[in-house]
Amino acid sequence: MKNFKSKLFNSCFVFLLLLLPVLSAAKPGLVIEITEGAEGALPIAVVPFKWTGSPAQQPQHNVGSIISNDLKRSGLFNPLEANKMLTRPSTGDEVDFRDWRTVAVENIVVGQVQPNGSGGYLVRFQLFDVYRGEQITGFSVPTTARHLRSTAHQIADIIYETLTGVSGAFNTRIAYVTSVNRGEKKNIALQIADADGYGPETIVESSEPIMSPAWSPDGKKLAYVSFENSKPSIFVQEVYTGRRVKVSSFKGINGAPAWSPDGRYLAMTLSKGGNPDIYVMNVNTRKLRQLTSHWGIDTEPAWSPDGKSIVFTSDRPGKPQIYRVAVTGGKAERLTFEGSYNARASYSPDGKNLVMVTRVNGHYRIGTLDLQNMRLNVLTNGSLDESPSFAPNGGMVIYATTTGGRAELSAVSFDGRVRQRLALQSGDVREPVWSPYTK
Amino acid sequence: MKVRMFQWGLMLAAVLLFSGCSTFMKSDSDGSGDGASVSESGDASTSGASRGGSWQGNPLDNPDSPLYTKVIYFDFDISDIRQESIPTLRAHADYLLSNAGASITVEGHCDERGSREYNIGLGERRATAIKRFMEAEGVSSSQINTISYGEERPADPGHGEAAWAMNRRGILVY
Repeated sequence: MKNFKSKLFNSCFVFLLLLLPVLSAAKPGLVIEITEGAEGALPIAVVPFKWTGSPAQQPQHNVGSIISNDLKRSGLFNPLEANKMLTRPSTGDEVDFRDWRTVAVENIVVGQVQPNGSGGYLVRFQLFDVYRGEQITGFSVPTTARHLRSTAHQIADIIYETLTGVSGAFNTRIAYVTSVNRGEKKNIALQIADADGYGPETIVESSEPIMSPAWSPDGKKLAYVSFENSKPSIFVQEVYTGRRVKVSSFKGINGAPAWSPDGRYLAMTLSKGGNPDIYVMNVNTRKLRQLTSHWGIDTEPAWSPDGKSIVFTSDRPGKPQIYRVAVTGGKAERLTFEGSYNARASYSPDGKNLVMVTRVNGHYRIGTLDLQNMRLNVLTNGSLDESPSFAPNGGMVIYATTTGGRAELSAVSFDGRVRQRLALQSGDVREPVWSPYTK
Repeated sequence: MKVRMFQWGLMLAAVLLFSGCSTFMKSDSDGSGDGASVSESGDASTSGASRGGSWQGNPLDNPDSPLYTKVIYFDFDISDIRQESIPTLRAHADYLLSNAGASITVEGHCDERGSREYNIGLGERRATAIKRFMEAEGVSSSQINTISYGEERPADPGHGEAAWAMNRRGILVY
């Protein structure tokens, strides 16, 4: 409860109210579709939430439907479709558990949305164990029209965590790069949307390439590469203000920015020394330290969650493979030996696995490497899969893929059982990165 | 796109033909670099300009000159210059040698396979391979810039071998 309040009141209200008319007109830009479901997902019913105010003022979004879709996308739940519900209770008193035992759901979520002052809402929800006939949890959450979807995602997070014991990652966002033909030129944009694809906003656009977005650990900044002015530079942009600074624009490559877990350093690829090597920059002082020095291509650095080591791609053995080096420097250790192409590794949030691009029989796919037994597990079955990024709870990996000649995004559960696709209505979408939990 | 590929194919074929004749290359690259005018010059006094016309413009824009070719192609995951590209690069090197005020930016490009930042590295290696070739021919390094676009700017947006072959390239931009 306290968590909710602090989140809501941290935001600048006046600013948000001004934005309201614009946002209510926003349409979902990414279309999400679950393409493979998991067997053994937990049967649950999330009854559409009841609006208790006047029909004219009914909110645009149904909180219950948003929660239901979130749970379904996780792959761990199999929510009952609304048209199969025998009744539509909105409070615990209205629930007849026998109805829900009949349709074999183990849990049920009911709730209401009430008007609460001007432009405000009060969202109440209760989660029940159908077989015991007991309430497991329930909250009453004040919110606004602007935050209604976010509130729904937070409720989905609570339900997910209550029932699975693992934090949910529904109230997070994704950043990605879009490319749309505009006459002779391309319009390349760096966009941010909710993790369910809703509410995309462009934070920078250009006719020149934009690459390699990377969230700061507090979720408030994005580092990225932009080729504006016909040379690659690394920028750091504040997500909410749009303010940005150019942090690296050396001769040659300025690429692959990666934040340290404490947000004070950026690892990056620079070729100012003659060929691509990994450097570490103090973001405040801009002081640079060279981490690798090799004639091969060293690139795509990523920090371990404890901040002590960096993995990177190097073709020093002839073909690209994953190496690990201590942040303090020293000898790099080769981590991948299976297959002739492994690149762009990053750590799972618990630091136990790497996710990367791996070539299997000429196909580029997403694989995970278990750092304990060094076993490689291929998660996807595309031919041009790239840019994998873990959800902050480690439950899913989002990546870029090509289907029917179009570049789109896909997300797969960590066990590879559930898959969903996120496509742009027109044009290409690529380089997805999942935000950290926003604080 | 098909049309453009066909055009490139023709150009490449033209370069291959020219490349068989090194003396032609030499005579072309000294002086004006205008190969066509050599054969036509004897007819200058006769009435009427010949239909082929001697090239009056910039030799870099002369479709009959090897300098006209500004794109060279690479093999998959390779930054070595193909044998067939050497005459083109020599012609450009000679041009830069005799035009000290001229400079180029060499763009390195890759096909879409594999990871994007690794491809930026590979594209730079291709651009650097071209630069080193030119330097070995005596061109001053101050005349040559390099930039890698990796897989970010494909010439052909397709997703098959034919498109990939067109996208693994170095471009000389004057």
